[in-house]
Amino acid sequence: MSKIVDFMEERLPLTELAAFAKKKTVPLHRYAFWYYWGGISLLCFIVQVFTGILLLVYFKPGPDAYDSVRQITYDIHFGWLIRSAHAWSATLFLLSAFIHMFSVYFMKGYRKPRELGWWSGITLLLLGLLFGFSGYLLPMDELSFFATRVGLAIPDAIPVVGHAISNILRGGLEVSEITVQRFFALHVVVLPLLYLPIIGFHLYLVQLHGNALPPSEEEKPAIDRKSIAFFPNFVIKDLGMWLITLNVIALLASLFPQQLGKVADPLASAPAGIHPEWYFMSQFSTLKIVGKLIPGGLGEAAGITLFIVGLLLWILIPFYDVKKKGGLIAKRATYFGIFVVVVMLVTTILGYTAI
Amino acid sequence: MSESVNPEIQIESSDDDGVSRRQFVKVAVGGMCLAYLGAVGYPIYRYLESPVEKSETLAAIKNVDLNDAQKLPVGSVMMFKFGPYPALLIHHDNGDWSAFNAVCTHLGCTVQYHKDQDKIMCACHGGQYDPRTGQNIAGPPPKPLEKFAVKVNAASLTVSRA
Repeated sequence: MSKIVDFMEERLPLTELAAFAKKKTVPLHRYAFWYYWGGISLLCFIVQVFTGILLLVYFKPGPDAYDSVRQITYDIHFGWLIRSAHAWSATLFLLSAFIHMFSVYFMKGYRKPRELGWWSGITLLLLGLLFGFSGYLLPMDELSFFATRVGLAIPDAIPVVGHAISNILRGGLEVSEITVQRFFALHVVVLPLLYLPIIGFHLYLVQLHGNALPPSEEEKPAIDRKSIAFFPNFVIKDLGMWLITLNVIALLASLFPQQLGKVADPLASAPAGIHPEWYFMSQFSTLKIVGKLIPGGLGEAAGITLFIVGLLLWILIPFYDVKKKGGLIAKRATYFGIFVVVVMLVTTILGYTAI
Repeated sequence: MSESVNPEIQIESSDDDGVSRRQFVKVAVGGMCLAYLGAVGYPIYRYLESPVEKSETLAAIKNVDLNDAQKLPVGSVMMFKFGPYPALLIHHDNGDWSAFNAVCTHLGCTVQYHKDQDKIMCACHGGQYDPRTGQNIAGPPPKPLEKFAVKVNAASLTVSRA
């Protein structure tokens, strides 16, 4: 055993890594709880990779998609569990990524030198939403069929290039097995290829700059700040969080297994009360509200413009809220964050009550 | 409970007989890890093994009815499926029938009947079998081919495990 360790030590910077892990600390303060959420979303992503690979064993993209998911859900031993774990872990993945993003925002974790972490994180969340959107179609049941139809109608509203974009995504003028095939390629090859290097970069940045301190902690003199060792203290707590998350996924998947609706029928009318997954509900209901205020295609264009402007402001916040003692600007950034959270929550609730 | 005169001895003996806190935690944590691995591993194993189970059920069949196979001309051969496996039915020149599991006992290629040499041969590594008994007669196969019993009926032919 020690021979193997020696062999590796001569060839890899293990001693330096061990020294780094020993020296690294994680701040401890009243908001430290929020530091765990990035790790929780990472665990959910890992669960997605494993359950996704398992689903790949039996899933057939294209015309057999629905039947293969039916087999996974009802015929294959524990197929229902693996599929449900994949679906629930997707929800928890996006939920924890959202919580992580908002906690970073309110702790002002996007300020110099952590701007790249902020941008790579937003990219990961947007890719995560695309993962959700593309994966939702794959069972090809009634709900996924209509959700994808509605979802792809949104880029249609973009002037000039909109039609081309949604036609390319759909692979035709209607959602069909061709769409399933390309969404499958997107979901299991293209998005993971993009996601993995960015997540590596994101994690590298966390190690490089360490955890951001919230302004209330930064004001304190260094001697008054508390911290715990990264290894083993924080790692053990982090693993504890992972264990809790894994148990939550297992419980949700066992108690509320994912259902499979009727097979998608292009001639059937949309089922009553059709709505997107919760992570698209806010946008869905905002579009509805804007559409009521400004009827016709203009309303849709206005809604989409609103999202793009909001997202741009969100991305560019590190350029606005720069200074450590930001005063009014820092306060405004916080108010903007609160505004965004309130709007997202209210529109989501409105979306669900309208069903 | 015996009264102890020397407290030091008592401490030592409890350390020897009982389990130390460290050992207890080690075993408990290790046990929980194992239980967890089992709870995750078992469903995954069963999930991956699902088609194997179906295939085994298929392989457990005792006989196959081949409709109209009794019409197979003398001196010709026919492939059919016996459960999940490819199988071989030969109608010999003298009117005898023989049937074998067509999976070569060497490395699992599918064998073929060569009428000109009156032998069953495997193209992969040159294994040869007797077309009446299934006996391995040349090349690398370690065992004879599995022989099935053939029964000719009025409208079909029944092949069954011997």
